Amino acid sequence: MTKMPNYISTTNACKLCKPLGASVAFRGMEGTVPYLHGSQGCATYMRRYIISHFNEPIDIASSSLSEKHAVYGGAANLKLGLINVNKKYEPKMIGIATTCLTETIGDDVPMILKEFAKETGGLKGNPLLVNVSTPSYSGTHMEGFHATVAAVIEQLTEKSKANKTINLLPGFVSSADYRLLHEIMADFQNQTTILPDLSETLDGTALLEYEKVPRGGTPLQAIKEMSGAAATIEFGRTLGAAKTGGEILKDKFKVSNHRLGLPIGISETDRFFDVLTEITGSPSPHKYELQRGRLVDAYVDGHKYVFGKKAIIYGEEDMVVGLTSFLAEIGVQPILCASGGKSGRFKEAIAAVTDGVLTEQPRVYEGMDFFDIAEEAEGLEPDLLVGHSKGYPLAKKLNIPLIRMGFPIHDRIGGQRILHLGYQGAQHLFDTVVNSLIEKKQNDSPVGYSYM
Amino acid sequence: MEAIALKDRENQIHRKGEKPFEIVCDKDSLAGAVSQRACVFCGSRVVLYPIADALHLVHGPIGCAVYTWDIRGALSSGPELHRLSFSTDLQEMDVIFGAEKKLENALLELIDRHQPKAAFVYSTCIVGIIGDDLEAVCRKVADITKIPVIPVQSEGFKGNKRSGYKAACNAMFRLIGTADTSNVSKHSINILGDFNLAGEIWMIRDYFKRMGVEVVANITGDGRIDDICRAHGAALNVVQCSGATMDLANMMEEKYGIPSIRVSYFGIEDMSEALYDVARFFKDDPEIMTRASQVIQEEVQKIYPELQKYKKALAGKKAAIYVGGSFKAFSLVKAFRLVDMNVVMVGSQTGTPEDYRELDDITDPGTIIVDDSNPLELTSFLKEKDVDIFVGGVKERPIAYKLGVGFCDHNHERKEALAGFTGMVNFVREVYSSVMSPVWRFVPRKNRNSGE
Repeated sequence: MTKMPNYISTTNACKLCKPLGASVAFRGMEGTVPYLHGSQGCATYMRRYIISHFNEPIDIASSSLSEKHAVYGGAANLKLGLINVNKKYEPKMIGIATTCLTETIGDDVPMILKEFAKETGGLKGNPLLVNVSTPSYSGTHMEGFHATVAAVIEQLTEKSKANKTINLLPGFVSSADYRLLHEIMADFQNQTTILPDLSETLDGTALLEYEKVPRGGTPLQAIKEMSGAAATIEFGRTLGAAKTGGEILKDKFKVSNHRLGLPIGISETDRFFDVLTEITGSPSPHKYELQRGRLVDAYVDGHKYVFGKKAIIYGEEDMVVGLTSFLAEIGVQPILCASGGKSGRFKEAIAAVTDGVLTEQPRVYEGMDFFDIAEEAEGLEPDLLVGHSKGYPLAKKLNIPLIRMGFPIHDRIGGQRILHLGYQGAQHLFDTVVNSLIEKKQNDSPVGYSYM
Repeated sequence: MEAIALKDRENQIHRKGEKPFEIVCDKDSLAGAVSQRACVFCGSRVVLYPIADALHLVHGPIGCAVYTWDIRGALSSGPELHRLSFSTDLQEMDVIFGAEKKLENALLELIDRHQPKAAFVYSTCIVGIIGDDLEAVCRKVADITKIPVIPVQSEGFKGNKRSGYKAACNAMFRLIGTADTSNVSKHSINILGDFNLAGEIWMIRDYFKRMGVEVVANITGDGRIDDICRAHGAALNVVQCSGATMDLANMMEEKYGIPSIRVSYFGIEDMSEALYDVARFFKDDPEIMTRASQVIQEEVQKIYPELQKYKKALAGKKAAIYVGGSFKAFSLVKAFRLVDMNVVMVGSQTGTPEDYRELDDITDPGTIIVDDSNPLELTSFLKEKDVDIFVGGVKERPIAYKLGVGFCDHNHERKEALAGFTGMVNFVREVYSSVMSPVWRFVPRKNRNSGE
């Protein structure tokens, strides 16, 4: 095993900053406008970055701090911004996330909000104000995403009477994934609170009237009542460094918490369905038996095209863990798993999902950038790259297929519609991986086969 | 009807003909208004970005670097160092204890690895707060590495994008005057404010070459450090995108006595005028004017038939324009007029009072003129004017598309050359391919029974 490279500089980072994750998470809550307390550029850059993936409008408000605010504190502008954004957007909730600027100048946002409530007696229409601390110098967009889910639960969820709902905290997956999760939960005939819910808010329909705040998102009333749920399921094997939404619900309201990996591939999806069966007491609906059966059939049909092919997988830690689990179970050899995140649990999670499948563990590194990944890739002779679109330059250099998964997808249309989860997602992944390898073989051959 | 704009923004919107021209601009974005603007850092980064043989190191947390990784379509004929995203990726401990040592080591590491001709070090919000002495670190590293290492004072909160342009100009000004100019022709120019998106500067340079005019430095499209160092040898600065590089031209005029002219390369009219203006400047050689006329004649002949075809289809269609700098807006108004289209709304992020006055002069009565707008205003304008095509950048695209309005990307991420004579055809073809698409039949705006 080679030593993990340890450069001081970062080149082509394989992570994003914390407030981006917060903005996306807030965007999946009913009537909510994300609001960044910082300079104007943060909101604009993140909007551009998110838009380029989802092809959807995303309005993120900003307190637009200038030099005098950086010196004297941003409280006045934070308050003015709240009044303005409330006036124009008439939101049900404003989700305030800090940035490195306001964390460093020491703005105490919870205190400013209390002060604001006292001064104004609340904004017109009484939108809820929630806040989350997201300094970009600690953690990635994923920590920002999960911290936001936790903060919303911490600040909104109240004691409520027991109900039979299930809380589902999926993390940052595609709009198509969120829609699939809704479908699965409905098929189990179970009331579910999915937090957040990007199924509609970041993949909406064509409209006649611009929606100030897009419809959809987790209903705020449902968030308040998550305390009465039968159980919480949260996805993410690398979670746990900071207190998660599921842990808060367990500690405060004694809702049992089931932490699973992202259900990518058969093994991880089976675990998810097992837990659903256990919680609901209902067997897995027949529809999913069929989906699983077709998937197994497809695995058999295509197994020879992929066996022993070497893959590099990169991106958000939990996404990489899920994709690695899937690739390992179809016979691909993961040789390098890389992430810009630093949960401290990445390696352990990869080992857990490939246990008994892989005879040799891949190299697994946290804190990687694309310079490191390219350097590691040398000599490994990978057959494919699996991850978001920022790996394209490396795929081009190595002349191997890039299987686009996760976020962001900036060089193709439809990133929000990529299905990763469940048996259906695995079917899509499998077809994509197999066909990419066949296409590569076909293109590289001088024969011009039309029958592979 | 509900007011479109927040009260504090009403004086930043003007409707031609309703009352005498008056508009307020160049002020800080209003907190909570979801401005389309970015920050100081963004301004500096976009201007210096295309200098292809320099190292561009962003000193700050990861976000600022990662959101600007390879975002411009700025091409290089040689080195491509500008397409990599370098960062010091500041962490919590760096913020607490300062990050000068980390910056120094990162610079030494990267300069050793890439052997650039110079390095630009961008300051971000947080660096402005923790007080790292960028000047001192840069001086030290320059001494060790023997290349220019230049700090760019681009703390995000210290103004808006225009302040960032100024900081970029200041940085470049430190290079100018440091190389030999003895072999520079007396008929020579610098091209300022073209960023070689999709190879545009190569077309422009070709026109000048055919006229017999030498181009000393591209500032900054396909830019090189050595050329910039000898830019003071040119007889004339030809400045496009006045917002971005006019400051540099002014500083060069003051110190080196180099006059400048403002031009635009968008549209037949302005492109021709740019070549004539340069020819007129070199009146000591009338041949240059003769050749300029020849170039224009040849080029217009090439594109004329195709333009006529589009004009027939597009005549009478309505266009809205919202761009970063207003110089582009002038050209676009004229370009649309050339194909008999009507501009009904025009605005920019960073226009000056003179810019807006000029727009008021050249537009038709009833046209909406707006400074520093936002999604809610823009959507209301699009609807009110029943626009057929909206010209803007990535952040404006989903706003248009969501409402079923055609769109043309005229921002720095585009991959289509829109400057020069060829660019005019490309532009009209872009507009044509959006306006004439059959997909609009299905959107709710055209077909009230669908979509919702």
